[in-house]
Amino acid sequence: MSAVPALALKDITCRFAARDGGGAYTAVANASLTVEAGEFVSVVGPTGCGKSTLLNIAAGLLSPSSGTVEVFGEKLVASEGVNRRAGYMFQADALMPWRTGIGNVIAGLEFRGVEEDEALAQGEAWLRRVGLAGFGDRYPHQMSGGMRKRLALAQTLILSPDILLMDEPFSALDVQTRQLMENELLALWAEDRKSVLFITHDLEEAIALSDRVVVLSAGPATRPIGDFKVDLDRPRDVSEIRMTPDFARLHREIWAAMKEEVLKAYAAQKAA
Amino acid sequence: MKLRILQFSIFALLILVWHLMTTPGIVPPFYFEQDNRAAFFFGEPVKVFGVVVDWFWSGEIFGHLGITLLETALGFVIGSAFGLGIGLWLALSPTASAVMDPYIKGFNSMPRVVLAPIFAVWFGLGIWSKVALGVTLVFFVVFFNVYQGVREVSPNLIANARMLGATRHQLLRAIYLPSAMSWVFASLHNAVGLAFVGAVVGEYLGSSRGVGYLILQAEGTFDINTVFAGILVLTGFALLLDTGVGVVERRLMTWQPRASETERV
Repeated sequence: MSAVPALALKDITCRFAARDGGGAYTAVANASLTVEAGEFVSVVGPTGCGKSTLLNIAAGLLSPSSGTVEVFGEKLVASEGVNRRAGYMFQADALMPWRTGIGNVIAGLEFRGVEEDEALAQGEAWLRRVGLAGFGDRYPHQMSGGMRKRLALAQTLILSPDILLMDEPFSALDVQTRQLMENELLALWAEDRKSVLFITHDLEEAIALSDRVVVLSAGPATRPIGDFKVDLDRPRDVSEIRMTPDFARLHREIWAAMKEEVLKAYAAQKAA
Repeated sequence: MKLRILQFSIFALLILVWHLMTTPGIVPPFYFEQDNRAAFFFGEPVKVFGVVVDWFWSGEIFGHLGITLLETALGFVIGSAFGLGIGLWLALSPTASAVMDPYIKGFNSMPRVVLAPIFAVWFGLGIWSKVALGVTLVFFVVFFNVYQGVREVSPNLIANARMLGATRHQLLRAIYLPSAMSWVFASLHNAVGLAFVGAVVGEYLGSSRGVGYLILQAEGTFDINTVFAGILVLTGFALLLDTGVGVVERRLMTWQPRASETERV
């Protein structure tokens, strides 16, 4: 691993002005997080703890109230533009409904001014890689949820970003499709080992996929409270790895750290 | 098919009642004092159709129809272009939108048909005063749709395009414009209808050509049959225009799911 981390969030605090004027809401407080080059890091935490806020800051879509973001050693300033070295896969559907499958996949190449023939050739190749060969002329509304996720994955990966930011990308899928997608993601990742920051609320998913799992505290004022190395062998099969004793041990360890925060978040939601 | 037969039956029934009530000598007068008065006020279907057939047979109508359709098309295109442009601008610039808000509201609540005499003074009795009226009617329909449409573009879609490297200009072309266009098409039926209204009302208030002018002339000589013939031709063409818009809409909006279309997996 190189000395310079792919992504370094340093002492990030993020406050939002409350809508009813009743004081600011601190979503994230003094959070630091690094992702080494080629590392797959998952961030888990209870619902509503500001996981997506952290990811938006890393993407340069959101400016932190204080703290800095460094991308391969360079400071990222959100007001000057997004993180150009990162690809972002959103939780909700973000495909352009008026473009066909292939049109969506090559959108990023178009924005970069790549020649149309070249873009289409690359687009077709990526459709094949995500198992959507022959579906390029379909519109997103004509595809199933799983196919749309694969399309979004191709749309992001075609630009070959150095950092991949993923915000619960598979949370809307059923369990079977989800495990298929997780395996596909691991296979694609294994080809060129990008740095991945993967947000999820599902601890099993986090352990099965990552090299490292970071646990966040319950909101408000979220910060990392635990950092666990996942020393399971690769390549992995996400549905089989769940049965191994090592997996169970890790799950127990991390869950012990997470449990209190989950209960706290639950109590806070119930009180509200 | 059964539906079509029923639809046509209603049409035939209406014409039949019209014929029976207006032709002198069939039904004894029960409201008017004289037998031929009903025909004077309501026209007679046979004569009305005679006028229509004569118009098309002699070709006299085509010049007038052409003018009316040209006015409609120009009013629609110019009004839509302005609506799209200004809608995009105000939706993307909150300051401009806040400043212009009372004016937009004011112009929209004004009954814009009263502008027709002013347009006649400004643009003369040629086609442009009618086009101007059509533009003021079309503009607001398209404007409000675009304004709404752009402001309701999903923030996810914008964030995604930005992460894919879109510049401000590309964002406008790849996200805002297509999204706004879908709203323009949603208002297409309305907009074309209003452009037609603008053209005919403009002609009716003062012109030398067009179907509205034919109606105006006939009314001046109490030729009620010709007035009805004009109305019939206008209705027919309004229906035709609407069908045409439907075809264009279906062709351009293939990406939108239709109500009857289930998700194909």
